[in-house]
Amino acid sequence: MQPAGRRTVVDLALQDNSIRAEAASRSRVLARLQLGDSGFRYLTRAAALGVLALLGGVIVSLVIGAWPALRQFGPGFLVSERWNPVTENFGALAPIYGTVITSLIAMVIAVPVGLLIAMFLTEMCPMWLRRPIGIAIELLAGIPSIIYGIWGLFVFAPFLQDTLQPFLIRIFGDIPVLSTLFSGPPYGIGMLTSGLILAIMVLPFITAISRDVFDAVPPVLKEAAYGIGCTTWEVVRYVVLPYTRVGVIGGIMLGLGRALGETMAVTFVIGNAHKISASLLAPGTTISATIANEFTEAVGDLYTSSLIALGLILFVITFIVLACARYLLLRIERRIG
Amino acid sequence: MNSRYAGRRSRNIIAMILSLSATLFGLGWLVLILGTLLWEGFSGLSLRVFTEMTPPPGAAGGLLNPIMGSLLLTFLAVIIGTPIGILAGTYMAEYGRHEKLTSVVRFINDILLSAPSIVIGLFVYEVVVYPMGHFSGWAGAIALAVIVIPVVVRTTEDMLTLVPDTLREAAASIGLPRSLMIVKIAYRAAKAGMITGILLAVARISGETAPLLFTALNNQFWSTDLNAPMASLPAVIFQFALSPYKDWQALAWTGALIITMAVLTLSIVARALSASGKQS
Repeated sequence: MQPAGRRTVVDLALQDNSIRAEAASRSRVLARLQLGDSGFRYLTRAAALGVLALLGGVIVSLVIGAWPALRQFGPGFLVSERWNPVTENFGALAPIYGTVITSLIAMVIAVPVGLLIAMFLTEMCPMWLRRPIGIAIELLAGIPSIIYGIWGLFVFAPFLQDTLQPFLIRIFGDIPVLSTLFSGPPYGIGMLTSGLILAIMVLPFITAISRDVFDAVPPVLKEAAYGIGCTTWEVVRYVVLPYTRVGVIGGIMLGLGRALGETMAVTFVIGNAHKISASLLAPGTTISATIANEFTEAVGDLYTSSLIALGLILFVITFIVLACARYLLLRIERRIG
Repeated sequence: MNSRYAGRRSRNIIAMILSLSATLFGLGWLVLILGTLLWEGFSGLSLRVFTEMTPPPGAAGGLLNPIMGSLLLTFLAVIIGTPIGILAGTYMAEYGRHEKLTSVVRFINDILLSAPSIVIGLFVYEVVVYPMGHFSGWAGAIALAVIVIPVVVRTTEDMLTLVPDTLREAAASIGLPRSLMIVKIAYRAAKAGMITGILLAVARISGETAPLLFTALNNQFWSTDLNAPMASLPAVIFQFALSPYKDWQALAWTGALIITMAVLTLSIVARALSASGKQS
């Protein structure tokens, strides 16, 4: 094991004339192995550092690419709604707004549903069904986002246009605040549709992590609660959820990170309109959809640079969200493990 | 007392019904999406899809060039990304298990794992496409490789950590150098899990579209030139689905079916492999 130890063995052997030749060749082999050993160590270390360099590279290249736009527009870039390729006047507010609103819609739906599914899987479901249902939910996570996009465009959006959206407009038409939220013609595509598709996409992430942390609750705790006569709901509400709070929040943040950065599914159904509308039914745009739609067609350095600046903003937002998520999940892992 | 009990019971029943319906809701989407996909995709599925090039609007054709492009890009991305990922994971699990560096790399890697893929596309555009001056198959492969690396790092580290230390000690006690111990003993013990990781990475990138849009771009024609724009299934689906032509849209559905089936098969195989690895 220790290089020093190895050498002493060889030295001892070398004192004996009869095996000198053999020992010499043996020391050559050992030297080669030693070289290979430290070589391998440095190689793996370089690869590990390479992962860090990758993240650094992403940040540096985005900042460099975004610099012309940031210099031109300054902090006003973040709060300006203008997006005019002809006059080369760009602002990021509309895409940021769209990203935040669609992710918000997604989380409002996916969080309760995901937690309820996790509750079903850990507390109610018969044993033999747990694995198949768990796998099925995880398959939802495996479907590529472009599939959600094409399905959303051809199936889901027309369906919403015919059913849910006219319904919402009719129901909330007379209520003051909600009527603005659900005003305008039912286009089918738009912020609400994107939010709903995102909800379906992040649902499996939230479900899988909540189920895993629910499963990690020590059975004694649950048994004790059941033992004093708690109902299933009370066990989940007052024992499981408080115990796993940190992990659940971590899972939710992870889902949020996905929703914020999701590109293809949203690009299909958002409508790519650079304006902020009060109505959720109106078309809008998100950061990722803007980049996907316009990057290859962007003429002029300022246009390209503005799109990269959007990418930088998206990266910073998701980085913060994901870092929080990982930190929280790390905390619960330490407590359990 | 009695009414309180009734209230608790009815709340419980409501919660149970809600969680059951939530599960049905979740499964319903899977059935709906796969159902539509089979329905729309199967009608266009024929031998022609695998033998002919993408057509101009209004003509008949297939998806041969995007299928080949996707296979080639995926293959290259795995060839580039996997060794880096395995080496980094090896360092984290074997050499630096308790080092500060390892926890930092793990944290950063987990963030890369769920970073928006479109940002990866922008990064590769800045680093590869812009200096080269044109879109290329290489840029696409590199973008996908950047997505492969974190997946492989994660699974390699997890799987190597599960290898019992007694195996390592046994190898060390018969004088095996550490590098050989890792390659011959630890890798072999963790093989199933590591292959699972690679399969999951392949599943992940074979459906990725966003990072290809401005790296590999797209190509209407047959091309295996890695220095030129290259077609890929997701990019063609994106282009065809958003086009106004009915036959292009039909091909997009067929392409979507092919990708989904490939991805689902990969993830089911990966799952079966990791399950069998756990038992043995």
